[in-house]
Amino acid sequence: MKAASPRWQQVLTAVALPLILIAGWHVGVRITGTRLIPVPWDVGLMLYDFAFGGIYDDAYSKSLHIHLWKSFTRVYAGFFAAALVGIPLGLLIGRIKAIREFVDPTLQLLRPVPVTAWLPLSMIFFGIGPNAAIFLVFLGAFYPIVFNTTFGVRSVDARLFEAAAMLGCKGPSLFRQVVLPASLPSILNGLRLGHGFAWILIVVGEMTGVQQGLGATIMDGRMLSRSELVIAGMLVIGVAGFATDRVLVMLNNRLLQWSPQHRV
Amino acid sequence: MSDITKTPDLNRTLPVLSVSHLEKTYRMGERTTQALHDVNLSVNKGEFVCLIGASGCGKSTLLRILAGFETASSGTVNMYGMPITGPGPERGMVFQDFALFPWLTVRDNIAFGPHQRSLPKAKLDELAGYYMDMVGLTKFADFYPGQLSGGMKQRVAIARVLANDCEVLLMDEPFGALDALTREKLQQDLLEIWERTRLTIIFVTHAVEEAVLLSDRVVVMTAGPGRIEEDVTLTLARPRNIVSIEFNQTRADITRMLSSHVYMKAAA
Repeated sequence: MKAASPRWQQVLTAVALPLILIAGWHVGVRITGTRLIPVPWDVGLMLYDFAFGGIYDDAYSKSLHIHLWKSFTRVYAGFFAAALVGIPLGLLIGRIKAIREFVDPTLQLLRPVPVTAWLPLSMIFFGIGPNAAIFLVFLGAFYPIVFNTTFGVRSVDARLFEAAAMLGCKGPSLFRQVVLPASLPSILNGLRLGHGFAWILIVVGEMTGVQQGLGATIMDGRMLSRSELVIAGMLVIGVAGFATDRVLVMLNNRLLQWSPQHRV
Repeated sequence: MSDITKTPDLNRTLPVLSVSHLEKTYRMGERTTQALHDVNLSVNKGEFVCLIGASGCGKSTLLRILAGFETASSGTVNMYGMPITGPGPERGMVFQDFALFPWLTVRDNIAFGPHQRSLPKAKLDELAGYYMDMVGLTKFADFYPGQLSGGMKQRVAIARVLANDCEVLLMDEPFGALDALTREKLQQDLLEIWERTRLTIIFVTHAVEEAVLLSDRVVVMTAGPGRIEEDVTLTLARPRNIVSIEFNQTRADITRMLSSHVYMKAAA
């Protein structure tokens, strides 16, 4: 294995591409003279005003925390609900044949339907408002969580069940002591995928029917032809998704200390 | 002739394990395969028995039936006269691929069985400590299986069933995946453990030298369908010396028994 390069060098390498892209963006806007796309500097100003105010002093000044918090609570309401339903259901589908045969065909049939296609029905079920968005987030996170959990359970080495049975572990304690830990790598993988989908779907969910939230902000930016607001909203979502994903990665590495190959 | 004699049936004590007229067939769609045919075997307390044979002779199947992982198609399989109906702590299996719980440390793997009986924490630590010491892994108590070598993993697997008070140790080619040096060391350690605990051991192998080195009795199995061909008692003194004339004579005899059947099959 090659020795790791120094930390500062890694950081420098990582930020090089974003800097090149930003420079290219700036030059591109200047050369074409477009009015539809702002230069990076304008987006930076917008972002500052969005967070702290004092520049434009309009409806969006100093409102970032409100929108971010709204989206954040919706993402995690949907995500935790998905985990709460998806993990136990996945364990049962994976382990118990009767449940698998009863539930799995239906899930496989529903899965190809794009989650975004549920938006109109979701608004009928849950009304115009945040609950429709939470439902979309739930659905988007649910599929990867349930399928990865099932996959994890199905791929547990049969020898481990034999070993557990021989050592006197059976019934519900088998679930807790063998099935759950053995499928944990897949479960965490599913959670991470589902978490990514949750942040994608919150934007779609908030594009109609809610006043606040990052998705609503982006949609407003489009209506008002304020591209810098659209891009500012995109950046905030990107950073929020990235930062929360790092938390999941930390959790993953902590829970999977025993398995170097599953560490990220 | 060497120190091989046919097993005399002089045991007055109740055998630990007794198998009679055991048949095992597998059904795969339309086809049925007979894995075992009319297997009769009786194992006494404290005996070290090796099941040996080419692949497909059903030796692992027989072991798995004894473990309770598979059921007999017909015939009886008893432990102390009681039918074996499923896996149990009194019969500890050591798998070739270890089957340790990768998310548990060495200590917790060894304490897994006792933990099922809800023993207090102090007692679990004491048991784990005792058996880690027995297999020489005390320093690795907090290691995960993924951090251990194959030989160390197999030591954990042995300690795990010992800690669970097993009476019969069922070993399915336990050293087959290890390098020669590690295998020799583990064979010696297993003999020491056996002498210390007086466990009954059923050991599946396809290595004649290993069988002659370890066992009191070598049960030779042949394929098509799997059955017991010979059941020979070894009278070689212990500790055995693998370069002695007697050892090599015994090894040659058993090799001849194994290969004569292989040749017969090839000619047929």
